[in-house]
Amino acid sequence: MRQRDRTFRIVGFWSLLVLALLWLIPLVLVLMNSFKGNLFITSAPFEPPAADSFTGLANYSDGLGRTGFLKAFGYSAFITVFSVLVICVVTPMTAWYIARVKAWYTSTLYYLFVFSMIVPFDMVMFTMTKVANVTHLDNPVGIILLYTGFGAGLSVFIFVGFIRSIPIELEEAAMIDGASPWKVFFTIIFPVLRPTAVTVAILNAMWVWNDYRLPYLVIGTDYKTIPIAVQQYMTGSYGQKDMGGFMAMLVLSIIPIVVFYLIGQRHIIKGVTAGAVKG
Amino acid sequence: MRVSKYIKKWFPVFALPTTLAFTLAFLVPFAMGIWLSFTKFRTVSDAQWVGLSNYTTAFTENNDFLHALWFSVRFTVVSVVTVNVLAFALAMILTKAIKATNLFRAVFFLPNLIGGIVLGYVWQLLINGILGKLFQQDLTYSSAYGFWGLVVVTNWQMIGYMMVIYIAGIQNIPGDVIEAADIDGAGFWRRLVQVTIPMVASSITICVFLTLTNSLKLFDQNLALTAGAPGHETEGLSLNIFRTFYNVRNHQGVAQAKAVVFFVIVAAIAFVQLRATRSKEEEG
Repeated sequence: MRQRDRTFRIVGFWSLLVLALLWLIPLVLVLMNSFKGNLFITSAPFEPPAADSFTGLANYSDGLGRTGFLKAFGYSAFITVFSVLVICVVTPMTAWYIARVKAWYTSTLYYLFVFSMIVPFDMVMFTMTKVANVTHLDNPVGIILLYTGFGAGLSVFIFVGFIRSIPIELEEAAMIDGASPWKVFFTIIFPVLRPTAVTVAILNAMWVWNDYRLPYLVIGTDYKTIPIAVQQYMTGSYGQKDMGGFMAMLVLSIIPIVVFYLIGQRHIIKGVTAGAVKG
Repeated sequence: MRVSKYIKKWFPVFALPTTLAFTLAFLVPFAMGIWLSFTKFRTVSDAQWVGLSNYTTAFTENNDFLHALWFSVRFTVVSVVTVNVLAFALAMILTKAIKATNLFRAVFFLPNLIGGIVLGYVWQLLINGILGKLFQQDLTYSSAYGFWGLVVVTNWQMIGYMMVIYIAGIQNIPGDVIEAADIDGAGFWRRLVQVTIPMVASSITICVFLTLTNSLKLFDQNLALTAGAPGHETEGLSLNIFRTFYNVRNHQGVAQAKAVVFFVIVAAIAFVQLRATRSKEEEG
């Protein structure tokens, strides 16, 4: 190994280490402040908890009741889990149909799905909310249908791309043997789609879990998901902000993501960046 | 072809559920949105055709839309450059067989998973803490704080993601190309400009496009970090459109017109990007 390369590696390693620690400062700061009393958070955010400012888990126990976090967590979890499940069942079926049936309407549908990916949410947010009100989709169950529809573009696009790379012979053989399309799909296609389905599930889960505007506009007054609860807590009733409870709330909304990340890091990095094909 | 015929009549089972949801959530709202941008309305059912007047109002009335457009453009230019340069630099270092490289990648990637609202408030604590300590000020004091604050937050969030794409690109460069350049005695900069950058051109196209559209569409971070303060000075396009819809009386038509303009801008960028990728694929 050349001397220059070795120096590069050592310098590189130490500068990356410093940068990585800097990278985590915002998160560490919030964690640290979640154990401090209200007054100490705004006046001295950088001081670690000391004898006079340390409040133990008080922010977590008192603050959470007031911020309605647990309810918000429930709504977020319910909507995310079921939207992802529905998307991962219905969009592969549609993608298979589009990829295998040669007709004007399948190609039209495909281009419409691809087109929907480039349309900013701003363009449809007002009218989508109106449609949701008229069709009574403005509840935690109905919103799953909206997520399925709005998320269909990317999911169908990814699945179609993959299905087109699967040789068609197996399906042909199964059909000659008399298997129904239903059976062909679930015994032959669906199992091969599993890795792609993981990618699609991760992409949609990150989107739905973190989404603010769609749930805010459609169900926000009655059912506050985590981003809505966080945002409204910070802007509502000025002057009475319980900063301690708010810090605890931020920590608790980040923890599920970090846990999720630690469990499936490889899949997540691969899955989320697979979305780069989008557009 | 046999498969095509065989499953054709199964449209209701396979394609209908998604198509129905897609129609309700996207197609109908999209078509309605285009139409409503040419009308004046309060409850949608009372919409009256007004031609282009919403569009002229959007661009002429108190300049808020043009201001937001200008803010978004400046923010996008700065973010695209900083995110891509830094992500590329990190990718270069991380592909050099450095210890614990996977751990570093994991740390840099993490912020990408946290939602814009939450991380906007996380950064508000940090930035206000720093500004308070140094100048006894906060983010609402000057639009420069808000602008650069948003740039920092965006960098923190997007660098890890772009870094992963660049790493994949760099690892795909065939080893003999680098070796050949080494034997030729090419220095670091010459190798970078003449070998590495051209070899990862497709990753650069993807990353520039992604940072471009994501910065233009920025909403959650904007709302959480500055909410436009001071005044409306740090209000980007998306936040301006949102507020025109919901905070300005009788302006839904104008807001929808702004949204259509925004859509046209994003669609134009997507079109250019598609052309760029296509022509590169044809060359290669």
